[in-house]
Amino acid sequence: MTAETGVSVRMEDLRRVYGRTRALDGLTLDLAPGELVALLGPSGCGKTTALRALGGLERLDAGRVLVDGADVTDTPASRRDMGMVFQAYSLFPNMTARDNVAFGLRLRHVPAARRRTRADDLLDLVGLAPQAAQYPHQLSGGQQQRVAIARALAVEPRVLLLDEPLSALDAKVRAQLRDEIRRIQVEVGITTLFVTHDQEEALALADRVGVMNTGRLEQIGAPADVYARPATAFVADFVGLTNRVPGVAAGGTATVLGTEVPLIDGSDTGDVAVLVRPEALDVAADPEGGARVVAASFLGAVGRVQVRMPDDGLLIAQVPSGAVAGLAPGAPVRVTARAVPALAVAR
Amino acid sequence: MSRGGRLRWVVLGVLGLYFLLPLVAMAEFSTRGTAGHRSLHAWKAIGADPDLIQAIVVSLELAVLTAVLMLVLLLPTMTWVNLRLPHLRRVIEFVCLLPLTIPAIVIVVGIAPIYAWVTYLVGDSPLTLTFVYVIIVLPYAYRALDAGLTAMDLGTLTEAARGLGASWWTVIWRIVVPNVRGAILSAALVSVAMVLGEFTISSLLDFQTIQVEINLLGKRDADISIAVSLAALLFAFVLLFALAFAGRRRREAVDDR
Repeated sequence: MTAETGVSVRMEDLRRVYGRTRALDGLTLDLAPGELVALLGPSGCGKTTALRALGGLERLDAGRVLVDGADVTDTPASRRDMGMVFQAYSLFPNMTARDNVAFGLRLRHVPAARRRTRADDLLDLVGLAPQAAQYPHQLSGGQQQRVAIARALAVEPRVLLLDEPLSALDAKVRAQLRDEIRRIQVEVGITTLFVTHDQEEALALADRVGVMNTGRLEQIGAPADVYARPATAFVADFVGLTNRVPGVAAGGTATVLGTEVPLIDGSDTGDVAVLVRPEALDVAADPEGGARVVAASFLGAVGRVQVRMPDDGLLIAQVPSGAVAGLAPGAPVRVTARAVPALAVAR
Repeated sequence: MSRGGRLRWVVLGVLGLYFLLPLVAMAEFSTRGTAGHRSLHAWKAIGADPDLIQAIVVSLELAVLTAVLMLVLLLPTMTWVNLRLPHLRRVIEFVCLLPLTIPAIVIVVGIAPIYAWVTYLVGDSPLTLTFVYVIIVLPYAYRALDAGLTAMDLGTLTEAARGLGASWWTVIWRIVVPNVRGAILSAALVSVAMVLGEFTISSLLDFQTIQVEINLLGKRDADISIAVSLAALLFAFVLLFALAFAGRRRREAVDDR
């Protein structure tokens, strides 16, 4: 399969109101050709509405959708040339996997022999060539979603839209299929918008992650940037675990647990709460430390410890898995912060 | 056998007798000959009565036309309402169920002046009864189609098809119809059964359908009238079994592939 050339996508100041809810409140988002952008956010933040608006399945109150520079805002879904994969299983129950994949080609009057070859190639791409003659009810959930991806790609769409395609699957299949989606997307080179509420999924898959809240984009950037340098408290809270640790800010840094922590927004001064990731905290056994272990859990590669601080605050720290055994509940410990950039918010 | 099991068989037996006895009595009556002998003269006479044959043909044509027109009107409407106007579902349901609450005689009284216009504009063919028959089969057909449409994820399948470039017509023909085939068969069957059994409206509007002819025959040749009634009932049964069997065979074939 040859790589196709992706197109650029621009969603400009999209607005959509349902009754009193602003599903999209001036959303602007650009996708570079061949890029995979994940829209991440809690339920009701407008991420699915944004994807549906791009796919032509949602009417907009205001705003424009541009694909490869052309305005497609008023183009119906059937003529937008976009492949979609939905959260719910959406294979046509009356067709085999092969017929499902070939459906879009049939609508484009592609000759039967070419349809079959293309469908078989795509089923091969998603690793389901042996299941070509099976009906959807004979396939597992993961297999159905793979066929759905093959079906979406069969018509060589300009943009691929994935609306939480993994959320109905169990954890192991989800992780497998997540990697497979990335492999296929890179192989085909198609511009892709992926919507999810699962931060791990978004961070693992995307070239860039956009975090949405109440119809607006709070932050967009490379996964590592969004994680390490959250622009707002919402992003810090939603992407990964965060501790709110009291500190005193001055001159672009804050004193947190005795450490000078550089602040992402250096303008803060005075008493602040610094948002510190669990992996930016160190926990060491110390009878004079003043803190006590509440619980410690072994998570495989790492361990996680809950610590009650002298001010009664609760902190979560990540420790090497080998250290978990030495941190029994009730053990006195000292918690220190590492000097990694963090966001400060009003206390 | 447990007590519950015995009770089940007793109930089934009583119900079976309740339905079967009149049929056996009809068969017995329609084959009564002279001097205590059995005779098939009433059954043979069915084919020899041109008025009766004509009425049977008209009723069969009406059954087919009613089922087709009902499906053409109802299926796209219900699909559209389910997809695009879900807030109108209750209204459509109410309108479709309304004929159930109106006695046939009232419908005729109301519709007779309209049929004067129908006769003036379309002609006086008994096939014009299709229009009123579509109305009286609406409640049953609506229920059958609604069950089929709500059982499938209509919204997602439609959006998937639209996203692949399907027109609305293609969505209905290639996606909706094959996936509600069972519901369509049920709706069609109930329409056929109702049309074949309908008497009041056709009689009062003065059209010669099978039930009107059976009524006339009943006054003249009771044994032929009973033979035709039994034949009509058996035809409906055979149709029911054929459709149910066809539906099951199709499902099994799909499962096997």
